[in-house]
Amino acid sequence: MSLLLEPSPEQIKKEHIYKEMGLKEQEFAMVEKILGRLPNYTETGLFSVMWSEHCSYKHSKVVLKKFPVTGEKVLQGPGEGAGIIDIGDEQAVVFKIESHNHPSAIEPYQGAATGVGGILRDVFSMGARPIAMLNSLRFGELENPRVRYLLEEVVAGIAGYGNCVGVPTVGGEIQFDPCYEGNPLVNAMCVGLIDHKDIQKGQAKGVGNTVLYVGADTGRDGIHGATFASEELSEESESKRPAVQVGDPFKEKLLLEACLELVKSDALVGIQDMGAAGLTSSSAEMASKAGSGIEMNLDLVPQREKGMTPYEMMLSESQERMLLVVEKGREQEIIDICDKWGLLSANVGEVIEEQVLRLIHNGEVVADVPVDSLAEDAPVYHPASSEPAYYRENQEIKWLPDVEDVQETLLRLLKQPTIASKEWIYDQYDYMVQTNTVVQPGSDAAVIKVRDKNKALAMTTDCNSRYIYLDPETGGRIAVAEAARNIVCSGAQPLGITDCLNYGSPENPEIFWQIEKSADGISEACTELSTPVIGGNVSLYNETSQGAVYPTPVIGMVGLIEDLKHITTQTFKKAGDAVYVIGEAAPEFGGSELQKMEQGFISGRAPKLDLNVEKKRQQQLLEAIKTGIVSSAHDISEGGLGVAITESLIGTSLGADVTLSEHPVKELFSETQSRFVISVPADQTKMIEDMIEDAHFIGTVTDNSQLHIASATGETVVQASLKTLEETWKGAIPCLVKSKA
Amino acid sequence: MVKVQIYVTLKAGVLDPQGSAINNALHTMGYNEVSEVQTGKFIELHMEKTDDVQEKVEEMCHKLLTNPVIEDYTYNMEEVVSS
Amino acid sequence: MKFAVIVFPGSNCDDDMFYAIKDGLGEDVEKVWYTEKSVEAYDAILIPGGFSYGDYLRSGAIARFAPVMESVIEEAAKGKPVLGICNGFQVLLEAGLLPGAMQRNKSLKFICRQTTLQVKNNATAFSEKYEQDEEITIPVAHGEGNYFCDETTLQELQDNNQIVFTYKDDINGSVGDIAGIVNKEGNVLGMMPHPERATLDLLGSADGLPLFQSILNHWRKSHVVTT
Repeated sequence: MSLLLEPSPEQIKKEHIYKEMGLKEQEFAMVEKILGRLPNYTETGLFSVMWSEHCSYKHSKVVLKKFPVTGEKVLQGPGEGAGIIDIGDEQAVVFKIESHNHPSAIEPYQGAATGVGGILRDVFSMGARPIAMLNSLRFGELENPRVRYLLEEVVAGIAGYGNCVGVPTVGGEIQFDPCYEGNPLVNAMCVGLIDHKDIQKGQAKGVGNTVLYVGADTGRDGIHGATFASEELSEESESKRPAVQVGDPFKEKLLLEACLELVKSDALVGIQDMGAAGLTSSSAEMASKAGSGIEMNLDLVPQREKGMTPYEMMLSESQERMLLVVEKGREQEIIDICDKWGLLSANVGEVIEEQVLRLIHNGEVVADVPVDSLAEDAPVYHPASSEPAYYRENQEIKWLPDVEDVQETLLRLLKQPTIASKEWIYDQYDYMVQTNTVVQPGSDAAVIKVRDKNKALAMTTDCNSRYIYLDPETGGRIAVAEAARNIVCSGAQPLGITDCLNYGSPENPEIFWQIEKSADGISEACTELSTPVIGGNVSLYNETSQGAVYPTPVIGMVGLIEDLKHITTQTFKKAGDAVYVIGEAAPEFGGSELQKMEQGFISGRAPKLDLNVEKKRQQQLLEAIKTGIVSSAHDISEGGLGVAITESLIGTSLGADVTLSEHPVKELFSETQSRFVISVPADQTKMIEDMIEDAHFIGTVTDNSQLHIASATGETVVQASLKTLEETWKGAIPCLVKSKA
Repeated sequence: MVKVQIYVTLKAGVLDPQGSAINNALHTMGYNEVSEVQTGKFIELHMEKTDDVQEKVEEMCHKLLTNPVIEDYTYNMEEVVSS
Repeated sequence: MKFAVIVFPGSNCDDDMFYAIKDGLGEDVEKVWYTEKSVEAYDAILIPGGFSYGDYLRSGAIARFAPVMESVIEEAAKGKPVLGICNGFQVLLEAGLLPGAMQRNKSLKFICRQTTLQVKNNATAFSEKYEQDEEITIPVAHGEGNYFCDETTLQELQDNNQIVFTYKDDINGSVGDIAGIVNKEGNVLGMMPHPERATLDLLGSADGLPLFQSILNHWRKSHVVTT
């Protein structure tokens, strides 16, 4: 669209053109009031992206306020590219999770790839070297060919981008449920390592300083991506294909190395990724945070296509770009580094005193708006909230399984895609590059050692959205507690979390109720377990005509392993070791894998969670691990104890001989929370029983590669070879993916 | 100016896993009339029309644009008016 | 002994290679930027893995023309040890220092996993610290590791004992399960698996270390006078 064809301010108002850009009527009125005049086309575009849910959190701010965000080790909480937590030795860990759901639904390869690219830039723009990636994925059922296509392409996109950049993809999780069929969730988390002295902020300080554009040139791709991410998916979305950006991981690698060299220079004042809402959000936010303004000459912006309008340049979401503020007179030092890495750089403007974003194009001012109005003054909504009828109904339902053959049930559970081995997926990710990966994908938490130090970082993502659907508050607590359990099992002290809040439309009171309640649950657990929320992302409007996705607040957690000797994995280590379960099973099957498998859908109450018990067990287990008496530790989650014991055997040549004390179905398949299965050397049983109050001896590790489980009455309920168990568990996903229609 | 369109294909006898995957997919979709699929690359150059333009193109193909161990190429050339 | 690790734009295993030499082997090592004109000052040249130039066009095709490569080719001709791993192997193939070419894995997917290799020739400067036919665990991480050569070339490789490592299982469709080969002179080795990722038991395997020790050992025989 050329400038001449742009609608006039009067037309924009009269013909409600702002609505196409995503602004509501009362929001447009607010803009008019702020400016004291009608905004022109470019300015309307600036407000529409900055006031989109994706950039302004206007529907979720009231909820985000609930989260505990401080802690003695927190160096940077929410508000910058990523949060930062101190890990000692003048080093810190930087991490954040972000969604790329809508782009991935439309063009799964590029959607997932650019999701990875964006979260990487959030981390390295802080000055940190990315050391690991995780991803949390949700799809419909694999029987559907479209779902298989989405899965294959999303995984290929993550691999294609991450592998090329050279950051290991070390973990994450994936679940399958019909509610995600038309609206998959693709959340990517990046973890970085930084020296305190290199920490950067995205601030445009110092009047007269130069605004430098670095990286790929600007094309028309992804225009209005931020608004797109804030709308429900419809048939029409398919036709919005041009809104999906295309990633160039090679350029990202160069940008990464250049930025890490740039942050060592004191000529650099501020730096921010041009992510969602591109040039608009990076410039407005950097100026707003510094209490300054920015004037940019758009003629100087490197452009990939001819005849781009200010609107298009400001809203483009072309990838692999950064906006820098550089000390006046020292631009060349920065440009030299960009040149070394073969990156384009352009002096596009300067920091000004007046707190406005002023844009020049062809010698004329094409936009002139207060930066705070863009970055800070978006309306804050407190949407209506109402408890859905389904919640009450489910509270009354008590579903109990009817299992005839325990062994056959266990084998079928191992084949459920949510439980089965994800090797087919992580085999495609380079999870070893950078040569620090101690614990690989497929474990409770991935472990990355810190080079030249005797310590390591454990990391995981978690969210059982079935529980959250049934009971958002309890489910929210469980999501955090389970993440912490995974971290503790690896021998680490949980440090903090980042969250990616994926929900349906907040304008639906029942959905907003889910958001509010689950945020309450997350807050309670974070407070109790001392894991502050240091950043994250909100993705709303995850709906199709079939309805909303389950409420899915994905928790990304990082923990610190203080000594490499503490690193613990989930697999049994030695025949003769004693096997213990920490905690006792109650008949809790609401939202369980067994229920989903037998009933085809979930119902009833989510498992209970007592945060005091959770905390006590986690602390006692971690102490025992640090003492060096725990051979293996694994948390009991989806599928229950039966699955957890099987997983402890897979990859070994060992067996286990277990005797249950109560009803086998309850003990083996219930998903009661706050439980672990651990193994300890035979001569440490007294010690472990002293240290862990709720540890119960259940059996012994054997060398016969057989899993034998006997009931309390001595009857054999499971007698299976490790080979059968392993083949069942490993074969399920490749088999489903290959069954092409 | 000339526009040069270069098609890079795998040499006869070199396994084309992508081609066979596409072939299989087409068959499962019911297109049984397809007997063979070959994949390749398409490269378009816009360059000055010099006397030795043909020679130059072949040199580029041989040196960089293709790997003669596994790839063949064909090209066509068309004169264009520069805008 | 002084090692050079060549860094192209897009190399991403350069640090891993650097630390394998520095911490694993305990020898001198420096990174050499692709624009450098000479690598004459180094005793061995290592070309690391990654995605040089984004693997655009063909893996290794553009890196092969980087300024530093002229000197690498010269030093190789003088008999200096040159080791290319993964993308480095692809660069050596494109540069014509080793015969054959790489294609996409037969699964068409990237694969990252520990693999078992067999040492087919332990009489090279890169493998003398292994036993003949020894089985070693070294990881792979590649999308284009499907080694191809015509039958005549394969026959030559076999006749001259140029195949140094093979995969125990066919993981990517390589001709003759070839994982690593040397040139006729024996001073240029290319391999897809990553020995630099296997120098510490904590990371899953230390079976890659003897490869670097072999290079050092071989070099010492001709450069260090024992008294």
